Amino acid sequence: MNPDTPAQLAHTWSDRPGLIGWLTTVDHKRVARRYLVTAFVFFLLAGILALLMRTQLAWPELRLIGPDRYNQLFSLHGSAMMFLFAVPIMEAIAVYLVPLMVGARNISFPRLNAFSYWVYLFGGIMIFGAFLLDVGPETGWTGYVPLSGPEYSPGKRTDFWAQMITFTEVAGLCVAVELVATIMTMRAPGMTLARMPLFVWSMLITSLMVIFAMPAVMLASTFLITDRLVGTQFYNAAEGGDPLLWQHLFWFFGHPEVYIIFMPALGIISAIVETFSRRTIFGYTAMVLALVTTGFLAFGLWVHHMFATGLPPMGNSFYTAASMLIALPSGIQIFCWIATLATGRPRLQVPLLFVLGFFALFVLGGMTGVMLAAVPLNVQVHDTYFVVAHFHYVLIGGAVFPLLGGFYYWFPKITGRMLSERLGRWHFWLLFIGFNLTFFPMHYLGLIGMPRRVYTYQEGLGWGPYNLLATIGAYLMAISFVLMIANAWRALRRAPTAEADPWAAPDLAWAVASPPPAYNFAWTPVVESRHPLWADANGEPRQTLPVLTGVREDRREVLLSSPVDAHPTSRWAMPDPTIWPLWAALSLSVLFVWSIFDQWGVVWGAIPVAITLTAWFWPKPSEPSLGEP
Amino acid sequence: MSAVPKPLRCLALLAAVCTLLVLSGCRGVQSVLDPAADQAQAIDHVWWVMVSVCSVLYLAVLVALAWALLRARRRREALAEGTRHDPAWRQALVAWSILVVGLLTWFVVIAFLADQKLHAGHPDLEVRITAKQWWWQVEYLSDDPQQQFVTANELWLPRDRTARIELRSGDVIHSFWVPALTGKEDLIPGYTNALLVTPRRAGAYRGQCGEFCGLQHAHMALDVHVVDDAQFAAWQQRQRLPAPVPSTALAQHGQSVFMGSACLSCHAVRGTVAGSRLGPDLTHLASRRSLAAGALPMQREALDQWLRDPQHYKPGNLMPAVPLSERDRAALADYLMGLQ
Repeated sequence: MNPDTPAQLAHTWSDRPGLIGWLTTVDHKRVARRYLVTAFVFFLLAGILALLMRTQLAWPELRLIGPDRYNQLFSLHGSAMMFLFAVPIMEAIAVYLVPLMVGARNISFPRLNAFSYWVYLFGGIMIFGAFLLDVGPETGWTGYVPLSGPEYSPGKRTDFWAQMITFTEVAGLCVAVELVATIMTMRAPGMTLARMPLFVWSMLITSLMVIFAMPAVMLASTFLITDRLVGTQFYNAAEGGDPLLWQHLFWFFGHPEVYIIFMPALGIISAIVETFSRRTIFGYTAMVLALVTTGFLAFGLWVHHMFATGLPPMGNSFYTAASMLIALPSGIQIFCWIATLATGRPRLQVPLLFVLGFFALFVLGGMTGVMLAAVPLNVQVHDTYFVVAHFHYVLIGGAVFPLLGGFYYWFPKITGRMLSERLGRWHFWLLFIGFNLTFFPMHYLGLIGMPRRVYTYQEGLGWGPYNLLATIGAYLMAISFVLMIANAWRALRRAPTAEADPWAAPDLAWAVASPPPAYNFAWTPVVESRHPLWADANGEPRQTLPVLTGVREDRREVLLSSPVDAHPTSRWAMPDPTIWPLWAALSLSVLFVWSIFDQWGVVWGAIPVAITLTAWFWPKPSEPSLGEP
Repeated sequence: MSAVPKPLRCLALLAAVCTLLVLSGCRGVQSVLDPAADQAQAIDHVWWVMVSVCSVLYLAVLVALAWALLRARRRREALAEGTRHDPAWRQALVAWSILVVGLLTWFVVIAFLADQKLHAGHPDLEVRITAKQWWWQVEYLSDDPQQQFVTANELWLPRDRTARIELRSGDVIHSFWVPALTGKEDLIPGYTNALLVTPRRAGAYRGQCGEFCGLQHAHMALDVHVVDDAQFAAWQQRQRLPAPVPSTALAQHGQSVFMGSACLSCHAVRGTVAGSRLGPDLTHLASRRSLAAGALPMQREALDQWLRDPQHYKPGNLMPAVPLSERDRAALADYLMGLQ
């Protein structure tokens, strides 16, 4: 092995200096970092919206926020949390980690990756800008027609919302395609499908789900936009359209969507449980099958969001059965994690603490989910605070807690700095208590009749005390996030000291320095087991990692391998940094926003898009030297 | 490791609070947990089965987790075990899966049977409810047109009789939800849905729109009265009558204010020239429990304030403030309060 390799690679894979380098980078880590930061900012903004709502609801008949503003608050809170935070941040983690975990030097289609970030950023800025200008969404994150149609939502509010979905669809689909391609073609030699880390498995299935689910909402939102903009009548019952069509299309996407958020979290949990138990995951095969099963079932249960619409009872029962069945793969995974902890040597550090929090919260949310799958119970508590409690238990408990565990776990890898365990524990306990204080009483609020999406409620219904409790809890949660930011801030002000593998973890991401160099791996690692950095299944660290040479260092070359067995097949030259994805995203954003105001925006706006895409895809003379490694 | 029992303590506390909450009188005019009809009773049964089983299962998972952590804490060395090497764990996984599937099957069956109950029965009377932004139009249907009548924001039902409630929407999607009677059902433009309810306990209940329907979704309540046959017949009899003629001079003036201003372009008062169906029928307004779909109590003072500025209590609702002099407004309130 040539000792000059790292220096040569650093030169080859470096970005241009300064602002230009920042704007043109196609490094998956740089793009993922800004994705993570942006998604977290949207999370904080959407969280502030939630605090405002909780303040308004603290007391019966408070008049702090009127119905018009309140409707915008909860609509943007839901939309931003789902479209601008939850899905993007999970994809961002994957964009950062998947190439490292599979031993690749970059993500496949790195320019598409840069493009997806810019599209996402512009979409997010657009919707929050619209909100500040009082044209924020007003019909809930589900945007049911005809309330969101041209007659009952005049003005541009719903158009901005529908167009925000278009932005996030484009960005989300781009990332999904990159991830599938990376996982299927760029795994290190020897990393067969059966040796893939469970996080990579979860992202593979998530990405496939994105690819299958997003077209449904694309259709739904496009129909809505054309109903509003050019007078089509897809959803207008009076003209032969159908308001229920929206709900079918939306939930055919919307239900898989929650699994798109939840599935990566399962991968994060498996990674943390494995590392901190210091043994391999119990029941790897069962875990993979559970993920795949969840991915399939997720597409067969959207109707449980529509039990109150008067569909035929027999059909509803089918969806009851399908919805309940999803508890089986979840139950199997819970079992396997507990078995792993029971037979390992767990270290109770902050990442694992958040995973334990996940157990306490998600399992409860799962139980209420099973209850909601039963038609008779569903029609009682559907669209009440019971449901609000349920989905916050599964989304915050099931996705945000693992995500925060992942934050403490991977922060050293991404920044090269360790976070304070003490502050981390404070963060955890404040959040855990605040969360339960906020959302547990909501179960009861729903049962005693409080519908969701109400800007106020009357005295005498007995809802006041529980709402006050929930509001107090919400502020506790807010404080816990202040601690988290302080923790990160403190760490970032110090010099990087984290080792490559501070947790003694088993996967390849920890084989590279923290933070990783631009080229990730100086030499392509060779994988011989499910835990390449461990000598055995008991988490004993391994001293050396076998590597492969023969990939060129003087150009951005990566090794491609076969989809199942990960046999090296060919070398592939990665594209260089370029500004064109940024221009393409900018011109596409102009088209999207223009089309809100004028249908001709689609026509004229397409011209700059075509120009930028042409420049982006302009072929370069390639060297004929690519051959077998 | 000191933190291990902490989450458990917290959760035990939570479980205790939960149990207390559920057991301590779930009485409320709008509570799922206080069923007053066969349908709500059937759902209540499903609720209790599922919440009991799920709570036990939830606690079992937490206990298993605590056991796993405590067990592992005592260990010095990990066993190099995978599914293949540890038949006991593997068998436990299979047993767990069978248990989960068994419970789920049971849930599906009881849910299905309860759902059947919601759709079974022969109606003794028919009511058509049309939801509009943000109020309920309630029509009592009959083969004899003379027997039909319209009211708003209140639903009277005879005890021990099955009513079929036909559900329609006049604008956007709403959802009819009276938790004490049965689960909710949406009112969707272009569709006609229906519910059956068989109330078993007399009393006053409250319903509220269950599907977000715009600015005043929060103030779209429905007053429900379950009464015995005689009371129901008497109520129906009264409702079929035209509006009473105002008796005092002030109320007579109020009537002329009503007929001479914007009021009659939206509201109907049977027995007078006011016949518009755009807004709620006011023929027997004062006999109702509340004003403006539950937004205010039915009191003269509240009515007066409502007339002064309907947008103050229910911002965004479709009733404009009609400028009236103090005297005219007082007269109008008198007139309306006389519509018993």
